[in-house]
Amino acid sequence: MQVRITVNGAETGAEVEPRLLLVHYLRNVVGLTGTHWGCDTSNCGACTVWLDGVPVKSCTTLAAQADGHAVRTVEDLDAGGELDPLQRGFMEEHGLQCGFCTPGMLMTLRALLDSDPDPDETTIREAISGNLCRCTGYENIVRAARWAAAHAAAGGAEQPTPPTGGAEQEVTA
Amino acid sequence: MTTTEVPTAGGSPEPVPTSAAGNPIGFGRMLRKEDARFLRGQGHYVDDVNLPGMLHGAVLRSSYAHARINAIDTSAAEAHPRVKAVITGKTLESLNLAWMPTLSGDVQSVLATDKVRFQGQEVAFVVADDEYAARDALELIEVDYEPLPAVVDARRALDPDAALVRDEVEGRTDNKIYDWEAGDAAACDEVFAKADVVVTEDMLYPRVHPAPMETCGAVAHMDKVTGKLTIWTTTQAPHAHRTLYAIVAGLPEHKIQVISPDIGGGFGNKVGIYPGYVCAIVGSIVTGAPVKWVEDRSENLMSTSFARDYHMKGSIAATRDGRILGLQVDVLADHGAFNGVAQPTKFPAGFFHIFTGSYDYPAAHCKVTAVYTNKAPGGVAYACSFRITEAVYLVERMVDCLAFELKMDPAELRMKNLLRPEQFPYTTPTGWEYDSGNYPRALEESMRIAGYEELRAEQAARRADPAGKPLMGIGISFFTEGVGAGPRKHMDILGLGMADGCELRLHPTGKAQLRLSVQTQGQGHETTFAQIVSHVLGIPPEDIEVLHGDTDNTPFGLGTYGSRSTPVSGAAAAVAAQRVRDKARVIAATALECSPDDLEWEHGRWRVKGDPEQGKTIQEIAFAAHGSLELPEGVEGHLDASVVYDPPNLTYPFGAYICVVDVDPDTGEVKVRRFVAVDDCGPRINPMVVEGQVHGGLADGLGMALMEVIAFDEDGNNLGGSFMDYLLPTSMECPSWELGQTVTPSPHHPIGTKGVGESATVGSPAAVVNAVLDALQIRAADMPFTPAAVWRALQGRPLRTDLAIE
Repeated sequence: MQVRITVNGAETGAEVEPRLLLVHYLRNVVGLTGTHWGCDTSNCGACTVWLDGVPVKSCTTLAAQADGHAVRTVEDLDAGGELDPLQRGFMEEHGLQCGFCTPGMLMTLRALLDSDPDPDETTIREAISGNLCRCTGYENIVRAARWAAAHAAAGGAEQPTPPTGGAEQEVTA
Repeated sequence: MTTTEVPTAGGSPEPVPTSAAGNPIGFGRMLRKEDARFLRGQGHYVDDVNLPGMLHGAVLRSSYAHARINAIDTSAAEAHPRVKAVITGKTLESLNLAWMPTLSGDVQSVLATDKVRFQGQEVAFVVADDEYAARDALELIEVDYEPLPAVVDARRALDPDAALVRDEVEGRTDNKIYDWEAGDAAACDEVFAKADVVVTEDMLYPRVHPAPMETCGAVAHMDKVTGKLTIWTTTQAPHAHRTLYAIVAGLPEHKIQVISPDIGGGFGNKVGIYPGYVCAIVGSIVTGAPVKWVEDRSENLMSTSFARDYHMKGSIAATRDGRILGLQVDVLADHGAFNGVAQPTKFPAGFFHIFTGSYDYPAAHCKVTAVYTNKAPGGVAYACSFRITEAVYLVERMVDCLAFELKMDPAELRMKNLLRPEQFPYTTPTGWEYDSGNYPRALEESMRIAGYEELRAEQAARRADPAGKPLMGIGISFFTEGVGAGPRKHMDILGLGMADGCELRLHPTGKAQLRLSVQTQGQGHETTFAQIVSHVLGIPPEDIEVLHGDTDNTPFGLGTYGSRSTPVSGAAAAVAAQRVRDKARVIAATALECSPDDLEWEHGRWRVKGDPEQGKTIQEIAFAAHGSLELPEGVEGHLDASVVYDPPNLTYPFGAYICVVDVDPDTGEVKVRRFVAVDDCGPRINPMVVEGQVHGGLADGLGMALMEVIAFDEDGNNLGGSFMDYLLPTSMECPSWELGQTVTPSPHHPIGTKGVGESATVGSPAAVVNAVLDALQIRAADMPFTPAAVWRALQGRPLRTDLAIE
């Protein structure tokens, strides 16, 4: 079947098998390998991307389900040329080690911060409870999100709106 | 999170100067270099490797734990229009590759020929245009299995009527792999006979899995024209893999390039060579195209290196007032279907015989019996420091059992028996020489941070209330690790001595490249190894590029596992930098027209004694070394050094952990309220990175104590084959870790540092288990303490957690 998917603001399209997973579409068709595959069962969250502004597990989403919709991946977070404050927070607070879960963590937490700019620790922990990390024990990921919240005003205001259309997507379906 | 520091006896370390980029020129908190790519989704993992014309492989796996293979029909799979090759054990037999050596002197099946010996074992390999087609074709392969009785329970593996797992070995009549012992049994018998108190307890360290977020995989490319094999693979030990491929496949070693790109976590899961890697190589040889194989999560959990599976019986002897006299241990070790543990050759039970732990007593003895079962091979993985996890768990549980019987506070009992600082270097009853330590200080520090007395007071108040819920438990563990394998004369893997090479090269402008044999899986080597060189040479760390993970471009060494990177390769890097500094002194003296003896080192510069204005920076010296300066006879130009570091001993980091739990007696749910971890790993190269290493290990320990287990049903079906069944701790179960530190340098390491990567994984499970049992006020039950296990323990009928719940 033919799918057309807006990925990070760019139009993409391909003839794909109906069973093709979105994670494989992004990695193998579009060539964006920042989204990782980790478990097949929606448990680990390494594959988390945004579908019309909402985080989804792309290992259990079909490319066909994203047909006509907008996807945002980790590669878009520094689209303005500068690191997103959340990415900066991960660096400042050592929120990553092997880096494999990081793209999914970033996409989950960016969505949280967009809806709740100043989340407390419990809120952050709940938000990433569907994203597994084997390296950090989560402590520094929580701190990274708090760092981003604390630095959002300075960094965020200067950031141009990423060209994804994120929130203003056609939520028609 | 709280961080406190108890400085060394000499007071605070010297202040470290800062580079123009704001980094410490040496040790100190420094943001990681590698983060820049990972944060942008630009990490380059094995599954990100895509080559022109690349094909994809998939493995057909056994659905049975034990079954004879009568026939395999691959004709339908071969007829699939997108399939390029189907490889079976028969294909491999023709190449003499159906079996391969394990890291423990056994052999293991690459693709099964005679029978399958565990559920998930590799039976056939399909190469197709894409992964989906390859997996479709797996469905088309018909295997005629004849099911056999499975050996599932290690405790029945030596029964006379037990099925024979390894009947292909001529003359084999049972499932025993080895008996091994350490220590002095007679000395133990003597102290046990006169002891006031002897406590004996059975305990299980269940089978668990490292489960890194990235599964294992490989991209193999055999270039038919050049005859060169390039393999991108998830390995913690690229050089060892190269040599093993040469041995296994008979390929010339100089025509093999192993590239270990970014690795998404290892934890020991990526040490060995798996059949899938070999199949990818054969697939590339057969098809002439590059072949990618990446396992899925179930394959990872069901077939790759598991950890632990130690059934232990401990007996501890003591005086009535709590002076420990001796410890005896009997272990039944479940090694699965092939003896595939990865550990130094002389140590079939790894370093388990370090089980005497952190205490001062004269007598110890252990006996280990290893058996084959119809389960996946492995056994040394998951940040275990060659089975020191099992050893620490054993001794820390036994000390708590003793405290339980003596009705003595477990902190007081530990303090009474800990080794004293003046006893170091200390040789244990089983022969380990601990290099340095101040154990009471670490325990005191952990108790101070935890507010131990107040916690006990709170617990007493709660217990005084008969309706008091939840139940509060406080658990302590104290661990001594032994990391940095190891001295060549004692330690090798498959005959390869465990020394590490390192090459340091300064360019004319004073920028440097450091080539390492070890391979990071997230530990941050690109940053911390630059800091080691920076510490010795005074070059800003941003001017030092760390290269690793490519056997064509790095020196030989045994890789990263067992927390050996800093103790061995870190020492190699420090010595290489020292050699460069020594050579720089001669060159500086030549340039300054003085004697090398007239020069003294200040950070980054050789200067003339008594005339500090006169001197040469290391950058100036690097340029002079490449220039036209006439050098003294015997001194070559350029400024570089290569080192092969043979460690004189292991390093022995240690720590004291305290866990506080609340247990709901109605649901069996355990909530970890607090976890205090005081670690001593000597001087910290980058405190931020060290704390991250500790955090991760604490989560591991919590996971193993409360939820992680690979259990089996009576037919040998793996009950932990997905992340829906094999539970990893999430952000919700983990508390905000509270860290502290003491600093006791290693006397034999060039910069005093000890390994730390596995300390928390080794040390923390016992603290959690001790806390849960303290809450329940029972002496023993086995982890993981799932709600069901807690409930059953409260009923006085503890679960056998490694088997399906009946």
